[in-house]
Amino acid sequence: MRRRTIFRDKLLPYFLLLPQLAITVVFFFWPAAQAIYQSLLLEDPFGLRSQFVWLENYQIVLSNPLYLEAARVTLVFSVLVTFFAMAPALLLAVMADQVIRGASGYRTLLVWPYAIAPALAAVLFLFVFHPSIGTIGQGLRQLGIPWDYRLNGGQALALTIFVSAWRGVSYAFIFFLAGLQSIPKTILEAATIDGATSTRRFWSVVFPLLSPTTFFLLVVTIIYSFFDTFGVIHAITQGGPGRATTTLMYRLYRDGWINLDLGGSSAQSVLLMLAVIVLTVIQFRYIERRVHY
Amino acid sequence: MTIGQNRWLPHVILILGIIVFVFPIYLTFIGSTHTAPTIARGQMPLTPGDQIVQNYEQALFSGRGERVTGTPATILLRNSTIMALTIVVGKITISLLSAFAVTFFSFPGRMFFFWMIFITLMLPVEVRMIPTYAVMANIGWIDTFAGLTIPLIASATATLLFRQFFLTIPDELVDAAQIDGAGAMRFFWSVLLPLSRTNIAALFVIMFIYGWNQYLWPLIVTTSRSRETIVIGIVKMIGSGESATDWNLIMSVAVLALLPPVIIILLMQRWFVKGLVDPEK
Repeated sequence: MRRRTIFRDKLLPYFLLLPQLAITVVFFFWPAAQAIYQSLLLEDPFGLRSQFVWLENYQIVLSNPLYLEAARVTLVFSVLVTFFAMAPALLLAVMADQVIRGASGYRTLLVWPYAIAPALAAVLFLFVFHPSIGTIGQGLRQLGIPWDYRLNGGQALALTIFVSAWRGVSYAFIFFLAGLQSIPKTILEAATIDGATSTRRFWSVVFPLLSPTTFFLLVVTIIYSFFDTFGVIHAITQGGPGRATTTLMYRLYRDGWINLDLGGSSAQSVLLMLAVIVLTVIQFRYIERRVHY
Repeated sequence: MTIGQNRWLPHVILILGIIVFVFPIYLTFIGSTHTAPTIARGQMPLTPGDQIVQNYEQALFSGRGERVTGTPATILLRNSTIMALTIVVGKITISLLSAFAVTFFSFPGRMFFFWMIFITLMLPVEVRMIPTYAVMANIGWIDTFAGLTIPLIASATATLLFRQFFLTIPDELVDAAQIDGAGAMRFFWSVLLPLSRTNIAALFVIMFIYGWNQYLWPLIVTTSRSRETIVIGIVKMIGSGESATDWNLIMSVAVLALLPPVIIILLMQRWFVKGLVDPEK
């Protein structure tokens, strides 16, 4: 952690840190502290007076059936987005790893979706899945499926999950491919000599060796599905129809930004903050451990 | 290597994957080459039409259609470029400086400051949206480029990455510089910065995409048309997604919105992948 040789300047390091720390304090720590403080206050409906109420806001939020419904939507949404981003990424990476010629060409053709903003991906798929003008949307209706994500909550959720996963595949693909390429070929050859079939080799040799990558991606993709997918939901469904696609993040946006419920939305912010803290700590503890073996 | 039994299977699956990725982009491009009525009737063919020049001209310079009143894409592209580049330059600069400070100096509070920067990883803009907005309002930065970019410039990721790289720089190099009489800043400019080129290139791609694709923050901080980014602008054009809207215009703007980051990721793919996967070398 520490270097042997260092520069002896006394004040210079503080000046070097100043810009980063100033932004950190003004735009990260101060607002985060404000969120925690506001979450302990209850305002009257006109915003004129506020009263310190300890954890009452949390009690109100957590006993609200709509909040619990949003938590359930988030659970379904996040689990499915994470799975449908990672599973195809792993499949594509295993395939790209087997291709001897043209592997880098395939990689080029599979990484660029990462550059597309989630909200923009939503716009692209809105055009494709639009029930009356979209190519696939119309196709589904011609097949007799009553496709309309604007009316059917399940379809709306499916579409936002699909778009979010679509956008998440290439990131996971890059990491899986790098993980696969770092597995020594001698290990695989040894398994082949021992008579393991290719399926057997994958599940008992390759997949366990990939577990650090898989675990890292799991945490990153869950965080992605919590926050970055806000753009997808905001662009396609705005949380609807009804509350079918209202995730915790979307609810926070609506309660805080549209309905201006300061105490309640601050409590929601703090709860989401706790979720990120837990996920980040898990992720870094695991990475620290990985360094040792 | 002899994993797969079937030589063609990997190619088939990879090509299927590419088709799933390219398909919506292709349809979007096709949509940007037809007239609005053709699309609104639900009769868009799968081949390009002849409206490409008119559509892109309309998208770039007017942003207005029959039903949609948007901002000209030239302004949207300008705003997104300013936002992405300011974030990239800002993040890289302040992270280089702070990584330099925590790696090459010994001073009281060093680890404390390092952890302060690290903890910002756990405070995404989404969870502190409203209090951060309140700070903006107090400073008078609502609807300004400063408000759009500066709060996003702090970067734990970039600082950690540069620090990891700086730790691999041999002590002998620092010794040599000190024997030659170089001070800290001279060492930074003449030794550290040239050595960090690859890492800077990698972060450039990652952070450019991060900046270009920002959504929630520009959504709440910009209030006037002239400050909208292209990702916000296009979602506003969609509105409630009626069948009879100016899809040709919207799809032209969509193509313009995705081109810059996609081109950058394709041109700088090598650095991008290395920066993500293997930042220590």
